[in-house]
Amino acid sequence: MNADVITGSLLSVPVLAFILGVIAARMKADLRLPDAVYQATAMYLLLAIGLKGGVALRDSNPTEVAGPILLSIVLGLTIPVAAFFVLRVMTKLGPIDRGAMAAHYGSTSLVTFTAALVFLDTLGVQYEGYVVTLLAIIEVPGILVGLLLAGRAAGGARTSEVLREVVTGRSVLLLAGGLVIGLLAGPVGFERVSPFFVTLFAGVLTMFLLEMGVLTGRRLGDMRTAGLGVVLFAVLFPITAGAIGVASALAIGMSPGGSMILGVLCASASYIAAPAAVRLALPAANPGITLTTSLGITFPFNLIIGIPLYWWMAQELAGVFA
Amino acid sequence: MTALTPVTSITIVAESVLEMRLLSDLKEAGARGWTVTSARGDGPRGRRVSEIEGGNIRVEVIVSAAVATRIWQLLEDKYFPHYAIAAWASEVGVIRAGRYIAEGDS
Repeated sequence: MNADVITGSLLSVPVLAFILGVIAARMKADLRLPDAVYQATAMYLLLAIGLKGGVALRDSNPTEVAGPILLSIVLGLTIPVAAFFVLRVMTKLGPIDRGAMAAHYGSTSLVTFTAALVFLDTLGVQYEGYVVTLLAIIEVPGILVGLLLAGRAAGGARTSEVLREVVTGRSVLLLAGGLVIGLLAGPVGFERVSPFFVTLFAGVLTMFLLEMGVLTGRRLGDMRTAGLGVVLFAVLFPITAGAIGVASALAIGMSPGGSMILGVLCASASYIAAPAAVRLALPAANPGITLTTSLGITFPFNLIIGIPLYWWMAQELAGVFA
Repeated sequence: MTALTPVTSITIVAESVLEMRLLSDLKEAGARGWTVTSARGDGPRGRRVSEIEGGNIRVEVIVSAAVATRIWQLLEDKYFPHYAIAAWASEVGVIRAGRYIAEGDS
């Protein structure tokens, strides 16, 4: 792996801001954004990603998009099942906690995805514009499959309530809505809002990652209670799922850049949409375990090591599938 | 001065992820209105999932004694076993009791 790529990723401003957030949280300093700013920042990122994806989707050929969409659905359904059974081998967690974990790891992390896009943009690597569509697709089924695997625990929500929570949740609605708006407005319409949504993007992402750093830092202390099997899972499962994502995307003819993105989608774990849905549907699951792993371990792992790693995999494997 | 009618005020502090479910349950139990504010704090259950989706909510609702009983039952059945919730009640006085209590409710 090229050392410049790793140091470039590690020393990028958003990643360093994330590390600052972690350090601040460990020092018990308060760097959290005010709640309203945090919510607005999250909405901005979701809408910006959706809009850009919609504009790019306009240039995509429907036949070219069909394969990757199908692949994303298959991966979105199988990854949580794999997580559920791998956890049975690696940990002592009960079915409810394993289902909750499967929902988190089956879904995906917007911020990891965004950091991966910024990583590729910095290197000047091309990738398919429709990857945002894949993000929106992979976000939902993982959560539902995880909840189904856990079985509906006593006191849990009705399926319709969970489905409503997931589909009308901010992430899916803003991503899908942004895609449609971008698709309808096209490059000319998008040009008028691009100073806000494109030029400022990396800066806003930096603010958001600072906040994520604080949240992650607060979780780090809980790691001891999670157990070794869970900690190992939080690192090894993303690497495996990421490799499968990269390889299968290359196999159906996606570019190395696009394949790396699909790998990131498979490797990342949700810590915004999934926790809310899981909390409602599986109140007996322990959020300490799922959030500690998805936010405290897997997220920083992917951000700092995973992204360059999946890019390396994509480059190495591209020769095999060429 | 108009005489005050005695009614029950219940305050519930809960994870914000529960907001929609809790409010629809309160309505079903017979509450005619409520006030929701954002809240911060800590409790014996420690940190929870909604740290990411925006902390806690504090719901204040003024109801008749009969509705209050239904709300307590509801909280005991559906919420206390699973979620980080604090709830307390106090007797308060209001004028225009019809605002808070449906006719026929005691």
